[in-house]
Amino acid sequence: MTYLRRYWPFGAVAVLALLPYAGVGIPGVFDGPLNSPGTLQLLALCLLFGGLATGYDLLFGRTGLLSFGQALFVALGAYGADVLITKAGLPLALAAPAAILLGTTVAAAIGAIALRVTGIAFAMVTLAFAQVGAILAARDAWGLTGGDEGLALDVSGLPSGLVGVVNTYKLYWVSLAYLVIVMIVVRRTVSSPTGRVLAGLRDDERRVGVLGLNPYAFKLFAFVLAGALAAAGGVVHLLLVQGADPKIAGSELTLSLLVMVVLGGPGTRYGPLLGGVLYTYLDYRLTHVAGGLPGPLKQPLFVLGVIFILAVYFFPGGIAQLRLRALRRTL
Amino acid sequence: MSILQVRDLNVVLSGLSILQGVSFDVAPTGVTVLLGRNGVGKTTTLRAILGLAPGIGSVTFDGADILGRRTHELVQKGLGYVPEDRCVFAGLTVAENLRLAERTKNSAYELVFELFPELKKRASQRAGSLSGGQQQMLALGRVLLTENRLLLVDEPTKGLAPKVVTEVADALARVAVRVPILLVEQNLAVVRRLAGDAVVLAAGQVAWTGGASELLSDHDLTKSLLGVGSHS
Amino acid sequence: MSTVVLLAVTGLGLSALYFLIASGLSLVFGLADVLNFAHGWFLTVGAYAAYWATPKVGFAGGVVAGVLAGAGVAALVELVMIRPLYKRTIAQVLVTVGLSLAGVALFQALFSPDARIFPSPKWTQQVVGFLGARVPVKSLLLIAGAVVVLAALLAFLRWTRYGLIIRAGVENREMVTALGIDVRKAFTLVFAIGGAAAGLAGALGGVYFESVSPTGGASLLIFAFIVVVIGGMGSITGSAVAAVAVGLLQQFVNYYGSAGAGDVCAVALLAIVLLTRRQARQA
Ligand SMILES: Nc1ncnc2c1ncn2[C@@H]1O[C@H](COP(=O)(O)OP(=O)(O)OP(=O)(O)O)[C@@H](O)[C@H]1O
Ligand SMILES: [Mg+2]
Repeated sequence: MTYLRRYWPFGAVAVLALLPYAGVGIPGVFDGPLNSPGTLQLLALCLLFGGLATGYDLLFGRTGLLSFGQALFVALGAYGADVLITKAGLPLALAAPAAILLGTTVAAAIGAIALRVTGIAFAMVTLAFAQVGAILAARDAWGLTGGDEGLALDVSGLPSGLVGVVNTYKLYWVSLAYLVIVMIVVRRTVSSPTGRVLAGLRDDERRVGVLGLNPYAFKLFAFVLAGALAAAGGVVHLLLVQGADPKIAGSELTLSLLVMVVLGGPGTRYGPLLGGVLYTYLDYRLTHVAGGLPGPLKQPLFVLGVIFILAVYFFPGGIAQLRLRALRRTL
Repeated sequence: MSILQVRDLNVVLSGLSILQGVSFDVAPTGVTVLLGRNGVGKTTTLRAILGLAPGIGSVTFDGADILGRRTHELVQKGLGYVPEDRCVFAGLTVAENLRLAERTKNSAYELVFELFPELKKRASQRAGSLSGGQQQMLALGRVLLTENRLLLVDEPTKGLAPKVVTEVADALARVAVRVPILLVEQNLAVVRRLAGDAVVLAAGQVAWTGGASELLSDHDLTKSLLGVGSHS
Repeated sequence: MSTVVLLAVTGLGLSALYFLIASGLSLVFGLADVLNFAHGWFLTVGAYAAYWATPKVGFAGGVVAGVLAGAGVAALVELVMIRPLYKRTIAQVLVTVGLSLAGVALFQALFSPDARIFPSPKWTQQVVGFLGARVPVKSLLLIAGAVVVLAALLAFLRWTRYGLIIRAGVENREMVTALGIDVRKAFTLVFAIGGAAAGLAGALGGVYFESVSPTGGASLLIFAFIVVVIGGMGSITGSAVAAVAVGLLQQFVNYYGSAGAGDVCAVALLAIVLLTRRQARQA
């Protein structure tokens, strides 16, 4: 029993890693068999957003920082790697770390300024900074970003194993690896002494100040780490959809990350992951299956927005909490 | 019969237990003074009574249980509040600060201007540009505009010049003739002059109750409870 | 020279739009601590109400419909959605985020996601001579609208009892309740006022952009946020000054620099203000 409790994540990862070999389908849930490229692509997106939401929760749920700028760092990862590969002809092995470094650096610079204000003002300021990214992406800044259309990835710069529909399963593994890395990094951070200070900041900033620790430095650390994770997620997104477009830089992306985290359960180990997976899946299914639904129900964002609002009122702890409650009842 | 009864009041603020089972009565006339060292929870007690801090326990005002009631309703029922650090509206003029506090047409402007003529002279001055003493007069003046059945006054002489302290104490003495006051005060000279009963808080609990003069005449007791000598 | 005048007028037109949105946001935030992401949606509601009403009752009637719709929806949102979450600031923000997502999607479902042509009266689409330049009437219309709203708001805040309560509440809300005033009633009022201004912005913005779209409000909202932060939350005059600065800066830089540079400058201005304001506080 305790074994199960302790090691089930390894089992789960193993099962997920083996999915590309499963020829069975789940009717009603996925259109094709699990190992069809379409299903694997959807699953990969789900895992990626699970990871992105978990990274974002490092700010929102773990440190209590309401940032509206997370999309900027995702976009820096995606566009950064895209431009370096497509325009500068760099190999992925160089472009990816460079893009992540870029995202991290920008996160440090913006965090340094934005963290001078707190609370709601911080939210507004991060939103404004992220908007610069959205503008630059949409306006084809310096002829690099491709404007509204976005910048399709020049796949000739990629290792051939990552190109083409037949290789979707490898991209799926990349997503899975990203998710696992994010989970480990967040878990490590949260259980470290630094993580306990972050939790203290979330609960009551004054108490941390009283301990003689500098809240600013710790918040900046969380902001930069979350930015780095987001940039890495951006690179994975670039590979998955073979391009970058302004949608990934817009505030809608940040808002949906926030929705994922809140739906799943902020500050819990698996909540943001669950929220990210569920949101991405529902978004996709409602878009592609909703043809028969009446009126506003056809709009995935309407359904998700309403669920989200109801969640804020009726289960503020998110899915993770619901699950816990149900578990406690059965035990 | 007391005007306010506090029973077993507990307050937790951001996870810290500030008050643990505070109980005391406020006499229906005169000044009851609430004493204690810095940070012991005097302000928190007043705020909990008013519903500005979350309290558990019971607070009875004029026979009715008021804990958990909304602040503005309690104030309308006659619980006047003069907060620590005055909290006048700095961006508003003196006249506007007073106008804000009006509740009925026949507000007691004559009384307020008689007690604090300064306020009339400075009616159109921004409250933020008043001196500390003048701000304190404004903070007192605005509660005196309306009918009150009990005033909660938090350190009205804090940071004031000796001459102004006397003025404020004079005003409080005159007010106390008509309305009972629960007063938090560190200046023992003022306490000696005004107070009938005294309640002393220590470590989030009531450590001593009794007559104020009894407390102040006992040098050792004062020293152990308040950390200061009574001959100051 | 005439280019400068033209840019100044069109820039001020943009400022006017920002001010109409920012004034409500600023009051709502200053008084009630609510960062209202749904404020852009109030604008969209106003725009569509004007779009719907103008062919039936004329342009003036359309504008009134926009204002009323904005005010009504905003008051309703405060009463039904914000009030139950009183003092839970983050939850309130989250709810307005959800509303902004669902609201936009609702309009996309009801009216199609595409922009529609706004039934502007002909006179609004003309140009008139002004200081030697040919300037668009629609910019002047927006400026006039904003000036009227600014004057009305200042008068309201200065001369009425609710104005007094709002000014005091922006400074110290708790102390207002401690004077026996139910400050929550004022919350509904500032939401309604902000919604009315946003609804006006929606109607006049429909004329300005010659179209209405479900996402129109959201894209303006971010610049309104910038204006609110620069101008100081809760300050109407501050919002007006900041709106003028941001609108002019954006218009001039976008014209003389590369496209989009003006928008970036607006954010840069925000950063500078934040950095220097901090120093001022420390001094
Ligand atoms: N919001 C809060 N969160 C956590 N602790 C608080 C909060 N407000 C006050 N405290 C703590 O509660 C304790 C009591 O504070 P309070 O202001 O009631 O003391 P006081 O007796 O009025 O002190 P003083 O004489 O300095 O006015 C203090 O230790 C203070 O640090
Ligand atoms: Mg105190």
